[in-house]
Amino acid sequence: MTETDPIPLSALQHWAYCPRQCGLIHLEQAFADNIHTARGQAVHRLVDTPGYEMQAGVKVERALPLWCDRLGLIGKADLVEFHPDGRIFPVEFKHGRRRQKHHDDVQLAAQALCLEEMLGRPVTHGAIYHASSRRRREVAITSELRRLVQETTDAIRVMLTSGRLPPPVNDARCRECSLNEICEPAALAAKDIQAELRAELFRTTDPS
Amino acid sequence: MYSLQNTLYVMTPNAYAHLENNTVRIDVEREKRLQVPLHHVGSLVCFGNVMVSPALMHRLADEGKSLVLLETSGRFKARLEGPISGNILLRQAQHRSAGDRGFALELARAIIAGKLKNSRALLVRAARETPDSTEQAALTRTADNLAASLRAAAVATDLDALRGVEGEAARGYFGSLNSVVKPQARAHFALNGRTRRPPLDRFNALLSFLYSMLMNDCRSALETVGLDPQLGFLHAVRPGRAALALDLQEEFRSILADRLALTLINRSQLGPGDFDQREGGVVMLNDRGRRTVITAWQERKQEEITHPLLGMKLPIGVVPFVQARLMARTVRGEMTGYLPYLPK
Ligand code: SF4
Repeated sequence: MTETDPIPLSALQHWAYCPRQCGLIHLEQAFADNIHTARGQAVHRLVDTPGYEMQAGVKVERALPLWCDRLGLIGKADLVEFHPDGRIFPVEFKHGRRRQKHHDDVQLAAQALCLEEMLGRPVTHGAIYHASSRRRREVAITSELRRLVQETTDAIRVMLTSGRLPPPVNDARCRECSLNEICEPAALAAKDIQAELRAELFRTTDPS
Repeated sequence: MYSLQNTLYVMTPNAYAHLENNTVRIDVEREKRLQVPLHHVGSLVCFGNVMVSPALMHRLADEGKSLVLLETSGRFKARLEGPISGNILLRQAQHRSAGDRGFALELARAIIAGKLKNSRALLVRAARETPDSTEQAALTRTADNLAASLRAAAVATDLDALRGVEGEAARGYFGSLNSVVKPQARAHFALNGRTRRPPLDRFNALLSFLYSMLMNDCRSALETVGLDPQLGFLHAVRPGRAALALDLQEEFRSILADRLALTLINRSQLGPGDFDQREGGVVMLNDRGRRTVITAWQERKQEEITHPLLGMKLPIGVVPFVQARLMARTVRGEMTGYLPYLPK
């Protein structure tokens, strides 16, 4: 990947979860289908169909293509509302529990930055819609979030240009990570077992 | 996680494999013989003259399932692979490390160590189990020789020396396998060393067939993790040869193939009637024999083991995939050396 290749918005979310996961998917082209299926197909069937509709004067665009040349980002928004008063409001759909608020917010902020560049208008707020609880949580696109988007994008770009895969985190995240099998975090982290097995390799000890 | 997807082996000549809704359907002489849901099939392996519909080929490619064509004897012919696999950075690293003599030597050394230890374990166990004290002594002697080979492998200074150590060890090992065969079965299954292609006795015919199955699985494992199966470390590169698959196969030969061959012989699951002798002396499994072997092979792959590094239970058929991944991690510099699979 060269420096000018845009980074998919999904990479930010992957990075926020675990940098290695991001590397396995976007650098090593690991089969990431599981991750996307895990995102909840039912929820996404709803929002993955491109199109728009009007709801009480609000124009709603689904699966809207997004980009930001300044940061070198490209992707898609689940849903963007265009209100009659000019407000632009991205909504990211999430399924299930155990999501970390912060990661979702960074992804939403990245969408907001894309929309700002594309439309030349400020995007001050967005929302995360939780499909399981049918709740919507409004998020202010703060300067801190904007800085986080920038930092994350930079970090991902450094990884992609260097071609170096980040080391496994080997913590609670791995249990819920569908790349676990490809990543083998515990095996890589178990340096002591590795050393032990290596020492055993040329030794012959029999019980007899 | 780490599930062993089923391999569907089609062995009947002129069988027709095609897609029907979301199932694979096998017809023989226009009659339905088998129908399985596609999601139960991990790959489709066809022996000899089996027809496969284009629609089925497309679906297999779409879903990242492989289609493998083998000769009737089990030798590899071709493989259809979808667009998913392939990791160019890994392959670049593989090509770099294969060119790095020190790295190649250490990886080859680990592979040989794995092979020697696993072969030796088979003999040690056989020595423990035999009631015949002369044979026990002979088996123990060969096992000791393999231990000496292991020590020699540990200090071999180049690939040629290492290959020499391995060749010598293999001769001793195959020379001994005969005494692991039950006396009653020896008349029909004499093995006096390993004869390369073509096999000239039943034991060799059986081993050749099992090695082909194993080779095919190792190749799939390497392709799945994105390694180039043609670029080996121990086995030299030669056009048309899957040298890395041969490398990966080494540690599994005795565990998966030799042990299974001995079991099939010693439990009389295979007899002389399962083999055909061809004009000129070549011996091959016949259709019935192949079916018996494939069934046993499939069952063997389901057996659970505990992987020493992963520390978890897996079907043994998955272990080649795990090992291919460890090889990839070694090539990418994430592990300081390759660790072959040694059963506890
Ligand atoms: S298994 Fe753990 S270390 Fe590996 S990618 Fe997933 S979260 Fe990251």
